[in-house]
Amino acid sequence: MSSTAAPGSVVGGATPRRRLPGFTRRGGWQATLFIAPAVILLLGLLVYPVLWTIRLSFDTGRGLEPRKWVGLDNYQRLFTEDRRFLNLHEFPPQGALVNNVLWLVLYTGLCLGLGLLIAVLATRVRYEAIIKAIIFVPMAISAVAVGLIWKFVYSPDPDTGILNAIRTGIFGLDALPYLGREDTVNYSIIVAYVWASAGFAMVVLSAALKGISQEIIEAARTDGANEWAIFRRIQLPLLALPISVVTVWLMINVIKLFDIIYIMTLGGPNGKSQVIAYMMYDQTFQGGKGGYGSAIAVVMLLLIIPIMVFNIKRFRSQAIQG
Amino acid sequence: MTTQAAELVRPKPATLSARIVAFISRAPVHIVLIIVALIWLVPSVGLLVTSFRPRPDIASSGWWETFSTLNFTIDNYDQVLSGADMGSSFLNSLFISIPATLLPLFIGALAAFAFSWISFPFRDTIFLAIVALMVVPIQMSLVPMLKLFQSLGANFFGDRTFITGSFGGIWLAHCAFALPFCIFLLRNFFITLPRDLIEAARVDGASNFRIFLRVVLPLSVPALASFAIFQFLWVWNDLLMSLVFVQEPNLLPMTVRISQVQSTYGVEWHLLSAGSFVLMAVPLIVFFSLQRFFVQGLLAGSVK
Repeated sequence: MSSTAAPGSVVGGATPRRRLPGFTRRGGWQATLFIAPAVILLLGLLVYPVLWTIRLSFDTGRGLEPRKWVGLDNYQRLFTEDRRFLNLHEFPPQGALVNNVLWLVLYTGLCLGLGLLIAVLATRVRYEAIIKAIIFVPMAISAVAVGLIWKFVYSPDPDTGILNAIRTGIFGLDALPYLGREDTVNYSIIVAYVWASAGFAMVVLSAALKGISQEIIEAARTDGANEWAIFRRIQLPLLALPISVVTVWLMINVIKLFDIIYIMTLGGPNGKSQVIAYMMYDQTFQGGKGGYGSAIAVVMLLLIIPIMVFNIKRFRSQAIQG
Repeated sequence: MTTQAAELVRPKPATLSARIVAFISRAPVHIVLIIVALIWLVPSVGLLVTSFRPRPDIASSGWWETFSTLNFTIDNYDQVLSGADMGSSFLNSLFISIPATLLPLFIGALAAFAFSWISFPFRDTIFLAIVALMVVPIQMSLVPMLKLFQSLGANFFGDRTFITGSFGGIWLAHCAFALPFCIFLLRNFFITLPRDLIEAARVDGASNFRIFLRVVLPLSVPALASFAIFQFLWVWNDLLMSLVFVQEPNLLPMTVRISQVQSTYGVEWHLLSAGSFVLMAVPLIVFFSLQRFFVQGLLAGSVK
């Protein structure tokens, strides 16, 4: 956790305010040489493109070039007319943005809950290291591989997919095409991605649990506290900060969600599993609507900024306290 | 403060009856953990077993039935690795990932050194601006970057596809996206190095570049390794940026190739299963050999 804790010093932090010994007139131009490659790359490939994308989001952007200025039309269409993006005419609401909210609630909640459960239980057994490795390993692999592993599990053919083999063989039910039905597709992909990400929550929370003084816990036990009370009254409150670290990470993951959707469903069936990042790619590169895709990208940026600001503020306040 | 895992496991009770009571009261913990472990293992084991089964077997029966016949083969791997498409895409993944890791590592380390040990006007302001760029999602620059690569190619090399038809585009794109996080991570590490050491080197007349190469870099191996591993896996596992920035079919990395095999041939599980495990092999080797750096890198990446 070393570096998640260390970023306390986002600005200055441990850096002394006084002049560094290296400061000479020469230092100025030497520093330019050191930072020039990074600054040129960032200006050219990050800052300029961001401005360009904002500009393009006010344009039709056909063929990915600025063609015709349309003002806020793209945004207006996104939020009021495009039912693939946001559809409030039905209950429950539908659309890519609503799917992201569903992901936010279920994926974040399940990853945190499972991560916490495993972290707490694993410290009580002797095979802790093995359990933790098993849960964590999917973090290392590509979303492409995760998608295929779970597509195989969900296969509608009972001679391929184990879930349908259990449904038909043991319970005598009909095979269910989990990824091909509008009512199951989102939950199925969420389960697959929770499988891939819960290990992250577990590792962070487990590291934090180990940091809690054993004396406090023993003292509570001596005073007659049961295990639940120890978890609820001692461990959980001390986990508030790591839980917020993990939550931020998971939330940003949800906004950027793309690979797993691309591999498992391409947003289908009937666009039911689309999410904003997938829709941005689809509209821009499949549909050639550069302006519309750019507007979706800007919405993504606007969703991420408050989360990151919260993140950086928290690191700074942590640095002040620490 | 740090408590080892062993201390959390309570000492074994002495008497037999106490042991039985302890075991029964512990049973739910074991049951829950074993169920969780099974849910995590079964999906990947299923695909792993499938990757070693002959193609006709895969079509006719489930992988769980294979334990009665024990009919295994490595043909699928042979086909994946020798096949013109998948085999070369494995190498492409390496050709993309290694430079796309080393390039931002070096450029980022140079800048991070200046931000921590050279004083110059607006230093903290520029650093803060770079850190702020971490919020930018890839989607914000896909289109303009692509356009930029095309016009650079046309203007400087006389060919629109010069950059996107080679690895140049994907290297530059990954590098630009990695830099803010790289500079942030390394600068936070560099400022913790002992000031005396760097001052002593300056007194001895070493230039900034020499101090960077001979003093700072050798002392920062853990941070450099954490970033390198994080970035290597990020690039290796990436799909989106390769979809956009690698436009020459012969240069596609494995993630893109596998997704194409999947959509073209539908349910060719003998190829997909073996292909997935070839794709996973590299991150798994990294994971098991460099576990410590790996976990540090991933955790550090949580701010990205």
